[in-house]
Amino acid sequence: MFEAIAFYLFAALTIVMFTITVMTSQALYAITAMAAGMIFISAFFFILGADFLGAIQIIVYTGAVMALYAFGMMFFDTTRNVVEKRTNPRIVFVLGVLAAVMVVAIFVAPIVSNNIQALYPIQENVGNSQAVGMVLFTKYLVPFELAAVMLLVAMIGGIVLAGKKMDKSLTLMKEEEIDGLDEGFEPEAGGH
Amino acid sequence: MDVAFIIETIAKIVVILLIFSALAGLGTYFERKVLAFMQRRLGPMHVGPYGLLQVAADGIKLFTKEDIVPQNVVKPIFKIAPVITAATAFMASAAIPFWPQFTAFGYTVHPIVADINVGILYVLGIMAIGLYGPLLGGMASANKWSLISAARSAAIFISYEVITGLALLAPLMMVGSLSLIDINNYQAGGITHWIVWSQPVAFVLFWIAAFAETGRTPFHLVANDHEIIDGFGTEYSGMRWGMFFIGEYANMFFISFVISIVFLGGFGDGTIAGAVQLLLKVSFFFFFFLWTRAAWPDIRPDQLMWLCWKVLMPIAVLNVVATGIVMMF
Repeated sequence: MFEAIAFYLFAALTIVMFTITVMTSQALYAITAMAAGMIFISAFFFILGADFLGAIQIIVYTGAVMALYAFGMMFFDTTRNVVEKRTNPRIVFVLGVLAAVMVVAIFVAPIVSNNIQALYPIQENVGNSQAVGMVLFTKYLVPFELAAVMLLVAMIGGIVLAGKKMDKSLTLMKEEEIDGLDEGFEPEAGGH
Repeated sequence: MDVAFIIETIAKIVVILLIFSALAGLGTYFERKVLAFMQRRLGPMHVGPYGLLQVAADGIKLFTKEDIVPQNVVKPIFKIAPVITAATAFMASAAIPFWPQFTAFGYTVHPIVADINVGILYVLGIMAIGLYGPLLGGMASANKWSLISAARSAAIFISYEVITGLALLAPLMMVGSLSLIDINNYQAGGITHWIVWSQPVAFVLFWIAAFAETGRTPFHLVANDHEIIDGFGTEYSGMRWGMFFIGEYANMFFISFVISIVFLGGFGDGTIAGAVQLLLKVSFFFFFFLWTRAAWPDIRPDQLMWLCWKVLMPIAVLNVVATGIVMMF
């Protein structure tokens, strides 16, 4: 009974939170509601007994991904409402409905055709994190390693993109040196 | 699920909330007294014997102060931000064993709200959410100091979470479990079994990162008085500001518990002596937070980032690799 109550409570909360995220025109409401929604999703993992995935959901989505969004928000005046530019609301509506129908179809299809099977046997007497580790390093080893390589590529790309002039520290320079830096830098950058 | 379990859990939650709210208040008193002692002052002396009732006076002041919500702020977010800080601090405590299990009136009590098998991961994850208090508070108050503070808190928290995670990875590899009770039992054999002897580097790294996670001097950049006033707290008054404070002090206590349990043997074999030792260790770490504040200046934001990414992170990665190699052979 507790599971059912918890499930419906968190299901309703999640839907409300993500509705706010989509509907509001205030950027801070959107980011707060989305962070809360991500935390409520982790509740489903806890209800299902997947403690490890639940904790990871909180750490990765709320702790890291949402904080990066927050970084992006620093460039806006968050105390004002965002005025959305809607050139053609009809196209947005049609595409939105199509996407929603497709997502529902993707998830409902295997349930309707009774085609869901657990392909990996449940290990007895192992904890949550051990079970995840076993599956990752046996059945899903290749995707796991591929993801690792992709992350490495992304990391190196990020360092290369952001790493220009990292040997100079603006904090340690005098005012004139910084001005000189701008003048020397301006012709190279060209028309921005 | 029986009724006794529900009652027991609710009782535990209430007890933890009461004890640590009170401790957070007392923590401010300890802080002022310790700082005063180190700076050759007296500290609070007038309210009650040795200023002990100063805590109550401060509490009454905060509770009865007018609750000001400035004009241009985003009101709901502004109001909810302090609650996030305080709530996440107490949510994190759900997986921390505060005391070994004991039997009272023929009923065995486990002094931990939820012994989930990923305890340490849960604690760190919830503490990471604590970031949203300063972040949203700073972005919602229409104030440039607050905004700078919000940007800083996001940067510091994200960076130092990497250090906490990597530093903890090495001891967790040795223990082979994420449950704080398992980690404690791994070290139950006495002082020679403490993880700090086999993982001194991880211990120091985690300790340094704890200062950043709780926003204490020398990493107190989110609310650095002499450059950004009170940072995210500039526009707050009364109990809303007090909630930030309670969250910060509760976090200091909880992270002290985590350090003591993971690295210094926790409550050991579960006797009363072990439990008292745990409290002594926690007190020491709390005192160390105050000691550092008296002894060290704040560092600059770029120095903080340099320390994190160019010094601590490589050391943490090397520590994990070295631990892995030693464990394999």
